[in-house]
Amino acid sequence: MSIDWFPLWLSLRVAGLATALSLLLGLAMAYLLANREFRGKELLDAAATLPLVLPPTVLGYYLLVVIGRESVLGRIYEWAVGAPLVFTWQAAVLAALFHATPLLVKSARAALESVDRSYERAARNLGASEWTVFWRVTLPLARRSISAAAVLAFARALGDFGVTIMIAGNIPGRTQTVAVAIFDAVESGNGAVARALVLVVSATAVAVLYLANRLERRQAGA
Amino acid sequence: MIQVRVARRFPAGPESAGFALEVEFQAAEGVTVLFGASGAGKTLILDSIAGFVRPDSGRILLDDEILFDAAARVNLPPQRRHCGYVFQNYALFPHMTLRKNLQFAAERSPRLERHRRVNEMIEKFRLGGVAGRRPHEVSGGEKQRCSIARALIGSPKLLLLDEPARGLDAPLRTELYAVLRQVRSEFRVPALLVTHDLDECFEMADTMLVLDQGRIVQTGTPAAVLARPAGVDVARLLGAANLFSAEIAGLDPGRNTSRLKLEQFELHGTYLPGKLLGDRVWLCVPADALRVLGGNGGRIASNQVPAQLVRVSERPQAVRLEFSGGITAELPRAEYAKQKDNKEWLVEFPPEAIRVL
Repeated sequence: MSIDWFPLWLSLRVAGLATALSLLLGLAMAYLLANREFRGKELLDAAATLPLVLPPTVLGYYLLVVIGRESVLGRIYEWAVGAPLVFTWQAAVLAALFHATPLLVKSARAALESVDRSYERAARNLGASEWTVFWRVTLPLARRSISAAAVLAFARALGDFGVTIMIAGNIPGRTQTVAVAIFDAVESGNGAVARALVLVVSATAVAVLYLANRLERRQAGA
Repeated sequence: MIQVRVARRFPAGPESAGFALEVEFQAAEGVTVLFGASGAGKTLILDSIAGFVRPDSGRILLDDEILFDAAARVNLPPQRRHCGYVFQNYALFPHMTLRKNLQFAAERSPRLERHRRVNEMIEKFRLGGVAGRRPHEVSGGEKQRCSIARALIGSPKLLLLDEPARGLDAPLRTELYAVLRQVRSEFRVPALLVTHDLDECFEMADTMLVLDQGRIVQTGTPAAVLARPAGVDVARLLGAANLFSAEIAGLDPGRNTSRLKLEQFELHGTYLPGKLLGDRVWLCVPADALRVLGGNGGRIASNQVPAQLVRVSERPQAVRLEFSGGITAELPRAEYAKQKDNKEWLVEFPPEAIRVL
């Protein structure tokens, strides 16, 4: 029996890319939420958390409306890239991004806020710009918690099913990620494939949790 | 020269009483100590000057630069205030070596000078052996010197020190004072030092500002403030002994005397210009100005009060005797040794030692 490992590789690639993007997006939002006072701050916080509580299919539906071929964003993307976004592996990245970022924003905000304010004050007092304060003081001091959050975001991105199937679909060899492939294998009575993929994903998840916990603990000890 | 006039109100919350800071002062050369109990608003003043806290109103002027002016809507960011700040916990960046900490602070200096300045500070503050280590790997004294060096490296126009001696043991304190004296003589930068420790105040202050509940209640040299507290609150803050409420029962300018009626006894003091018969006043008598005698067979002279000895405690320089009625006297050791077997005690209040607040 031969198992098609493509879904696993695709998932790792999609999750890796989504984690990198969600780090950028999540850190920017976490910074705003942790440091700035502005109108609509609580609204931004709520919007950033929404994907955590919405059913993934609902989130997927919204995304489909927003980036579908008939939508404004969908048309702009198609005009710029030359191909539609929906039902491609890039759409799977977007799905994983929306699935993973809320968690990252939450933990990154907590991590940034847990850095002793006096270090940031000291840096400002010494004339460092806000940019320098963030990159050279706050972020290095919070880096372990943030790495732990990124690891968890990666795990979440790896496991997304609902959003992915709504906007990237289930095209074997192109957009079929591991979570979707498992569903597909069970549906078509392919128990051996399902079992193999489930075991690999489970092992990955355990490894990731272990790593995240270790990162967190060392931060606390440092 | 720093000129400060600020007000900041914190409304009462469900878990905190309200607080209002309203102060006006200026400080030039030397060390000015902000003295007061915890919660008097000392650190809030430093934070307002450094730009970490925005006052509701007022104006802060450093040399000829306006740091903050509520009316003119000027509020410089902390980065542009040129104040060196020594934090209570030093706030040395834990992920950088001591040298990197200094380099971080020197980055705003001209490029060619940075290296020289960092080395100069390392040498001046005796950090040569540990410059390559991180804060958690060096001693408390080294951390302390590094944080002062870091605050000074950008040539600030004012040095702000937030309880730098808090939590230090005696030898480290002594070392800190030595370093601060070195700073005073070598850098000639005016400094504002926050403390609630009277010894530290005497050790360091050229001038002291006494803060109580958000207001400055007295200003002067520590010796002058201690000699003449402006009111009973200041006297209490300074830990003064023998505070008594009294009524003026007699005044005689001709013989330069006054008669003061306390709760349990009467005393004769010097004449009190500006006071009227029947005025209620607070008296303060320094513990070491009281004279203590053994019982004299029931004969009691003027200004002598019989008292029960309640407690004897040893102090570094003297022996402290606490009597009934809230009277506290301090005797030199030798004097106490002569008297310690007294069966009865008389306390004598020398008229010239009785101060009216």
